[in-house]
Amino acid sequence: MRCDEAQFLLHALLDRELDAGHSSEVEVHLADCPRCTAQLHAYRDLRQMMLSAELRFVAPPRLRHRIDNALPTSRAPNRRTLLQGFALGAAASAIAASGMVVVIQRADWDQRILDEIISAHLRSLQVGHLTDVQTSDQHTVKPWFNGKLDAAPPVFDLATQGFTLLGGRLDYIDGRAIASIVYQRRAHVINLFIAPVAKPERTPGLVSERGFNIWRWTEQGLSFWAVSDINADELQEFGNRLEAAILSGKT
Amino acid sequence: MKARFDRMAGDPSDKNFDRVRRFRDAALPYLDDVYTLARYLLRDATDAEDAVQECYLRALTHFDTFHGTAIKPWLFAILRNVCRSEFARRSGVILRADAADAGETGDGAEPMWCETPNSPETQLLHQLDAATTRRLVETLPKPFREVIVLREINDLSYREIADVIGAPIGTVMSRLARARSMLRAAWTREKDEP
Repeated sequence: MRCDEAQFLLHALLDRELDAGHSSEVEVHLADCPRCTAQLHAYRDLRQMMLSAELRFVAPPRLRHRIDNALPTSRAPNRRTLLQGFALGAAASAIAASGMVVVIQRADWDQRILDEIISAHLRSLQVGHLTDVQTSDQHTVKPWFNGKLDAAPPVFDLATQGFTLLGGRLDYIDGRAIASIVYQRRAHVINLFIAPVAKPERTPGLVSERGFNIWRWTEQGLSFWAVSDINADELQEFGNRLEAAILSGKT
Repeated sequence: MKARFDRMAGDPSDKNFDRVRRFRDAALPYLDDVYTLARYLLRDATDAEDAVQECYLRALTHFDTFHGTAIKPWLFAILRNVCRSEFARRSGVILRADAADAGETGDGAEPMWCETPNSPETQLLHQLDAATTRRLVETLPKPFREVIVLREINDLSYREIADVIGAPIGTVMSRLARARSMLRAAWTREKDEP
């Protein structure tokens, strides 16, 4: 490989855009060419300098406000399509009956509901959208939902178990108002979406989508979706602890 | 601009509502990215705000035509068109800047970039503050400025950059190489003339 070719391709090498064949050709050339190697280092330095400088801009709040305000955020609860969306897939399998936890097939999930859950999670992470009622007192969060939902969702503070209650929020999934209870695990937010479920028998399961883990289970006529970017084990632990709290019935 | 937003927002149909909500969820998380690109393309905070708002408006209008997986490059492409059409027409300053840029590069096929003999590759760079670094990037002619912003600041792949600027990957590569060469030279000069 000639120097001019190598000097052209070393940018792609730096950007990890070069296929294996070309990469090794460039590397072979670099091994014998101090001048091209110096260039590679020079551009690596440049990139490092650019990374270290804060070159991004943050959109001014007024711009965010202008765009955000122009778009509607919610609509009146609409009971029409509600529970058919939640009543997914066929019945409990033998695995479900055995109580084993399985990573279920994506096909077993209603993709649209999944999309909406993740969208709601993403929305909640934007500034000022996380909670409508902000308190770590479960006895404040639960009554806040009175009159907003058909049934008050179970709310437990799991702070002693590493999951701090941050508050609650009304969300819309499948055109229906549902409860979102917000927890924190270290620096990570967990949104727990709760809605009445049509079919009570569901296999607990985990799905990963768009960088988030979603742990879903049903309990006492309610469907639960816990969504977060924490790892799957911790999310499942959260689900199990909450389930235990619900079953023990202490509020 | 606002009136067009309101008209869509006022549409009572559920279908449109779902559409707006899907758009909001997909596009709003990239507001800072879009704004950052606008700042570098237009080099003016107020123009950038207007361009970003217009970009989101157009994106919502054309949201049905978006079928890709990555919405960020799609938004960037729209923003780039906004900057090119409206703002170039509206602002004499931008127009002249564009003309200067075009004169420097031409719009046709570009020669493969070659190493210039006096480039200071062996000099060590020292860290510049953010404002100075931003200014150096802003000083690059637009075709080079946009590829380096898309690559280094917005972290797009070559393929995505090619889609945004509507050019072959080879053009992306040569512009990026040239952009880095120019930026590095400017960086070194900055050190020499503090």
